[in-house]
Amino acid sequence: MNNETEIRKWLEDVMDPEIPVLSLVDLGVVGDIELKEGSVFVEIRPTFVGCPATTQMKYDIESLLHAKGFDDVHVDISYKSPWNSDMITDKGREALRKFGFAPPPKGNLIDDIDVLEHVECPQCGGTNTELQNPFGPTLCRSIHYCHDCKEAFQQFKPMN
Amino acid sequence: MNKTALKELLFKIADDQLILGHRNSEWTGLGPILEEDIAFSSMAQDKIGHSYAMYQILEELGEGDPDQVAFFRKAEEFHNSQLVELPIGEYSFSLIRHFLYDHSDFLRFDMLRNSSYELLAQVSSKIRSELKYHTMHARTWVKKLGTATDDSISRLQNDLDALMPYALGLFEKSPYEEEIISENIFGGEEELRSRWLELIAPIISKTELVLPDPEGVEPVMGGRIGKHTEYLQPLIDEMTEVMRIDPDAEW
Ligand SMILES: [Zn+2]
Repeated sequence: MNNETEIRKWLEDVMDPEIPVLSLVDLGVVGDIELKEGSVFVEIRPTFVGCPATTQMKYDIESLLHAKGFDDVHVDISYKSPWNSDMITDKGREALRKFGFAPPPKGNLIDDIDVLEHVECPQCGGTNTELQNPFGPTLCRSIHYCHDCKEAFQQFKPMN
Repeated sequence: MNKTALKELLFKIADDQLILGHRNSEWTGLGPILEEDIAFSSMAQDKIGHSYAMYQILEELGEGDPDQVAFFRKAEEFHNSQLVELPIGEYSFSLIRHFLYDHSDFLRFDMLRNSSYELLAQVSSKIRSELKYHTMHARTWVKKLGTATDDSISRLQNDLDALMPYALGLFEKSPYEEEIISENIFGGEEELRSRWLELIAPIISKTELVLPDPEGVEPVMGGRIGKHTEYLQPLIDEMTEVMRIDPDAEW
């Protein structure tokens, strides 16, 4: 008999549509999972309210669960415990780093622009960096520049 | 809960976001520098996303499909403030509007986190966090340009003087203001207005700009009850053009 833990394990294979090395589970998007009389209910917490990838995430989870033999799958967007960047797991942070993105700093999330000013460079690990733009190519990323590497890099934005 | 009052509140919030989102998206390809192009486009995407979340709550409350509601109304059925419908103008004009509007939007959602309407309270907490980036962006540029050259300072000052009456129109009271406050749906426009002034005044005072005395300014009201400038209908027509060609298109 399948249970919620097993379903969550499967969902570790569903990747973020924009960052294909990061699973939705490690991103912290997958919330409560509930099995009721053969139906599955999965709660997803969008990283950003306007994130266009949310529809794709919903679809990918549905497809996987259908493939696993569930006919009745409900993936619902929820803001009950809204996503924040501390929900990204350590494994998820590592995946972001490997992909070349600086993971968001943990805890003490943004109250000022300062936390974005000297973000750790994912290449050299130094903080001789500066914020170029709080709005990057997607809603969840900001753009920074490392003075040591002389290169721009992206950060997955902190959000509380 | 007073559903009519709640809906009126949601409509004005959503319509402000939708209209300003579309105005901001007009900067795509036109920004003074590439970074600003991206920033205005991203903020537009956020705004439209936020409005959509509001229209979805309205759907829960018995209104129509969000796309229908967003795109198939006439100007006089929109509850947005006149501030957000004005054409984008010069960059400084859009920047000052962004500064004035986003600080009020941030505070509105800050207040709505405590709404007695649970569904609204939940999404408001999320939207509030996202809006920090918008206010941060606005502040950075207002400080930068508001202390730069005589030319940039005088441009910003002109825009601030011109937009202040419209910005004060954001706080036009609802016909259901009393119910909204007494049922703890929202703390009300008066509280929002005073918190807004408290928030923006110290920021402006760190620049060479002078915030017009709000007591000496006649607010431009009417947007909340469907009175709009000549600029709104053409914008709506443009927004719906794609929808009209294929009304069943998936969004
Ligand atoms: Zn570096």
